[in-house]
Amino acid sequence: MSNNEPIIQTTDLGQRRNGRDVLRNINLRIERGKVFALIGPTGSGKTTLLRLLDLIDSPSQGKVYFNGTDVTESGKQRLETRRRMAFVLQKPVVFNANVYDNIAYGLKWRGMNRDDIRNRLDDVLKMVDLTDFHKRNARMLSGGEMQRVAIARAIATEPEVLLLDEPTANLDPVSTTRIEELITDIIQRYQTTIVMATHDMSQGQRLADRVGMLLTGEIVQTGGWHEALNSPRNREMARFVGIENIIDGVVLSSEDNVVTISTDDSIIEAISDCAAGEPVHACIRSEEVTLALSRLSTSARNTFSGEITRIITTGPVARVEIDCGFRLVALVTKRSAEEMALEKGRQVFASFKATAVHVIKRD
Amino acid sequence: MTELWEGFTKAIELIVSLDPEVMQIAGRSLAIAATSCIIATLIAIPLGSVIQFNSFRGKRLLVNIIQTLYSVPTVVIGLFVFAFLSRAGPLGSLGFLFTPAAIVIGQVLLVLPIMMGLTISALRGVDVTLTDTAISLGANRFQTAFLVIREARFAMLGAVTMGFGRAISEVGISLMVGGNISGVTRTLTTAISLETSKGYIELSLALGMILLFIALVVNIILNRLQQR
Repeated sequence: MSNNEPIIQTTDLGQRRNGRDVLRNINLRIERGKVFALIGPTGSGKTTLLRLLDLIDSPSQGKVYFNGTDVTESGKQRLETRRRMAFVLQKPVVFNANVYDNIAYGLKWRGMNRDDIRNRLDDVLKMVDLTDFHKRNARMLSGGEMQRVAIARAIATEPEVLLLDEPTANLDPVSTTRIEELITDIIQRYQTTIVMATHDMSQGQRLADRVGMLLTGEIVQTGGWHEALNSPRNREMARFVGIENIIDGVVLSSEDNVVTISTDDSIIEAISDCAAGEPVHACIRSEEVTLALSRLSTSARNTFSGEITRIITTGPVARVEIDCGFRLVALVTKRSAEEMALEKGRQVFASFKATAVHVIKRD
Repeated sequence: MTELWEGFTKAIELIVSLDPEVMQIAGRSLAIAATSCIIATLIAIPLGSVIQFNSFRGKRLLVNIIQTLYSVPTVVIGLFVFAFLSRAGPLGSLGFLFTPAAIVIGQVLLVLPIMMGLTISALRGVDVTLTDTAISLGANRFQTAFLVIREARFAMLGAVTMGFGRAISEVGISLMVGGNISGVTRTLTTAISLETSKGYIELSLALGMILLFIALVVNIILNRLQQR
């Protein structure tokens, strides 16, 4: 078996529920030893997809391959394959038993003997820092502790693939950090392939190598983080990855991949291969917009004058909304906002480079 | 009122002095109800589990029928069992009529739907995420079912207690197929019914108190188990 062969692959995977397509045309390749994040808003089908990958549910269409073998149909094969994976569900449920027995369940079901279970669990309990809790009834634990039991229960089986569904949803920041550290530990120690669903972009970036963007049941984009964050494929995804400035316009001219886009009464320059006449969205991250009090000569191709309509300061950052014919949001440090004495009603010049504009074709 | 008070003190006397007749009746009642309850449990829990863990056509209807049978009158079961066990009936040759065995058969039929229905409810009450978790951890069908039964164990204990309570407190079946024969098939409830009609209030009260006492002990044991 070559190392390039994906550990999990799906072809045209789909799931219908109550006459509605919950998932459509999912073609995924999960590479061995990598951490893959499934990012998408709530209700986009992340959980449904994880359940299909873990072979808990059967798909309405398409196939799931594990190590190159089609495991979509056969019952026995599904159980055997499932035993090489582990899935931590979004809502951590523990069995009505003590912590030790909870973690031991998966191993007992695989027919492992008591001594081997004890040896393995000593390690696992230490790793999740639950050694002192092992005799406690798991139902009496806090949410964060229960999630650690659930993760311990999963990694005790030493799975080849670990599926995590929103592993830190509903947890406080301290527990969240702890769970993320634990996941990082698992990645380093076991080189397990991980597929995790999350709606938290920053968490995905902290933990995952690759990302798949799921939107209303379809994978709209897969790849690295830089691409996902800076080159979203459609307007919804642009919004989801946190691009605040999405301006509609039409390409006026195109020359050597430099395009001019006409919006209501302004012109934006950008780098794109779109042809003249194409309707597009111009996407600019708010941190790419710089502000000045006078028109400076900068290398930025786009400079607009406008009036500040709103300033919100959170921590060290000020979010400034400007009306320059269209609405533009800029993120500046609180200090520079103070130095420039930015306030509502003040005239400013907002600039961004042509390379900071990501152009998406409009449907 | 004084008559009732006298009856009450006499009843206490009968219990404290461990009156042989009273003790014999109480012991027989307990033995018959416990036997019925054990047999019904051995049938109801596996059968209830099979119904709950499988999908089939008419499942909802079946569960509805089971639940309707919760309220079947004891005299109807008494009549049914009588017809089967009487000498002219299909099982007449067994010679069970007017024996404790006949009462056990009737009580099993009485409590079976209750235990089965409550078993199904108990299993249904187990969080579905728990089943998913078991499956994802590599449990096969039997291991999953066993886990769910284990998780529902306290609720199912409730089903058994309900069944026991119904068995020990019924009078219709014991009277019709047991015959209230002194020293053979006389139980707490049939004795209360008979002694009251004869005017022996104190004996009836004593027996009634014992019946309540047994129910109390069973409930205390159950509560203890559920709090574990």
